[in-house]
Amino acid sequence: MGRKRRFRVWRGDSAGGSINDYQVEVNDGEVVLDVIHRLQATQAPDLACRWNCKAGKCGSCSMEINGMPRLSCMTRMSTFEENATVTITPLRTFPVIRDLVTDVSFNYQKAREMPAFTPPDDLYPGEYRMQQIDVERSQEFRKCIECFLCQNTCHVIRDHEENKRAFAGPRLFIRAAELDMHPLDARRDRKEAAQAEQGLGYCNITKCCTEVCPEHIKITDNAIIPMKERVVDRRYDPVVRLGHRIFRRDQLTAAPSRPEPAVHAPREAPHVPQGVTWHTPPAATAIASILPGERLSATEFTFDRSGAASPFGDDVSFPLPVEQLRYQRPSDPSTDGSGPE
Amino acid sequence: MSITAMRPGAARQRAAIAARTLRADRWWLGPLMIGIVLAVFVGYSTIRIFMAKWYWVDGSHYLTPLYSPCLSESCVPGSAHLGTPLPKLPFFLPLGIIAFPVVAGFRVTCYYYRKAYYRSFWASPPACAVAEPHKRYSGETRLPLGLNNSHRYFFYFAALVLLINTYDATQALRGPDGDFGIGLGSVIIWVNLAMLAGYTASCHACRHVLGGRLKHFSRHPLRYRMWTFVSKLNTRHATFAMVSLFTVIFTDFYIMAVSAGWFSDLRFYN
Repeated sequence: MGRKRRFRVWRGDSAGGSINDYQVEVNDGEVVLDVIHRLQATQAPDLACRWNCKAGKCGSCSMEINGMPRLSCMTRMSTFEENATVTITPLRTFPVIRDLVTDVSFNYQKAREMPAFTPPDDLYPGEYRMQQIDVERSQEFRKCIECFLCQNTCHVIRDHEENKRAFAGPRLFIRAAELDMHPLDARRDRKEAAQAEQGLGYCNITKCCTEVCPEHIKITDNAIIPMKERVVDRRYDPVVRLGHRIFRRDQLTAAPSRPEPAVHAPREAPHVPQGVTWHTPPAATAIASILPGERLSATEFTFDRSGAASPFGDDVSFPLPVEQLRYQRPSDPSTDGSGPE
Repeated sequence: MSITAMRPGAARQRAAIAARTLRADRWWLGPLMIGIVLAVFVGYSTIRIFMAKWYWVDGSHYLTPLYSPCLSESCVPGSAHLGTPLPKLPFFLPLGIIAFPVVAGFRVTCYYYRKAYYRSFWASPPACAVAEPHKRYSGETRLPLGLNNSHRYFFYFAALVLLINTYDATQALRGPDGDFGIGLGSVIIWVNLAMLAGYTASCHACRHVLGGRLKHFSRHPLRYRMWTFVSKLNTRHATFAMVSLFTVIFTDFYIMAVSAGWFSDLRFYN
């Protein structure tokens, strides 16, 4: 049997709000998210809270507990004193929707502005070959669960709303580092983009992003500082820039489509999964076949079968025959040219 | 029913929370302690480099790291290992004029110390999730803070200074008669040298130069091994940074005390 403990929870929306006091029962082994659920079940059924997996892997239940950005599902009640009041507030950096739910679309906007992974032009899916030691630096950053605690705690945008336009934040810096260190990424302008478009120079390495990361990614040491040093290579270090020019490294690195045999599969005999031909030219986009003038019924009551109609067309069945599978490169000239390069 | 989260065009505001921070722990303690340590070091070393005395122990061949290399004609006899290319210096120029700006700049632009002084002295931010007092913030995008990007040059020169310190440390293994000898001061100097070497080698710029800048480790196995080694040291960079501050102060204080005759050096051999 648990005992009642004191909580202060911020309630409100973007028009305003206040911190309300509650007394909620807490049992052994519970986490803060359990308490919020009990609060919803007993006293505040309209308390808004975003959550999903309760295992620290979905990154939904980010909030500020006693002022520190944390995942509420991973914050044990046993870490607080028995008689201490626990204060729970929404993430401060992002606009609030209601109660503990914030609008984190800033992060998605910044992610969309980031150039995607760009493989060399002559490599197709199924031909990617990498050595483990080349990708393991990037793999650390793939642990990110996008809880946006780092984005929330970063003082550059937390304390200065006006910097949001110019600053992408730690989560996107590790994305930039991941791609810049990726052995198969062919873009050569990621360092310049990190400085000019992401605002890497705003970071002053105070390491709060690393402190709050629930996945323990070494954001500052392994991503931001290496990216800063790479920017120095391109922008500030006169010796490196001169060496780059003298040894014509710019021309060497500008040829992304020369994979080395040690890293990639040999050109002559590309390894292609059996039965799938990736190199076929793109076929016309398939459109669900509906005869002109015909309409599909909008409801099950007037439809001749149960369930909704397939968005792929009722004559398409899955799995598709392998000869119909195709891969269309974003940079392929036969597409509309809106690819990354 | 409309879904508020999906409603377009609604300019939302942040949650209206007036408190500067809701942290309940003693978040100010860490930055305060670090700030005190840094202030003590800056104060002590400033006083010491302008003292221009008690930096050389003649019989034991101890030279304090704050005055190494001593290149001026003002240096006391024996302390100028590398000759005296510089003339006598006026009182406002320290005798360690060559090396001191290098090691000071190396520490000022260091990625660890940047965190330390931005938090402790500039309150930007004072601690995580604690609002900073400044109205505007441009970080290291412009001068003068943009000069921190020169860290690697300070690293190159600091590595040279470390070589000189190593030479000094070998000299400290000579007794009064010039043969091998060892005293407590020699041990202190060698411990200090180890900490300085650890601090210099674990530097982020060193990690980048040795291998971090590569895209394909598999094509550079030797540099990959060096990078792996420095990466292991690099996780201890902050520890080396703070410990080496104390060892430098302690080494200098010991040599000052022996040189001034406050107590005599404990000799183990010769």
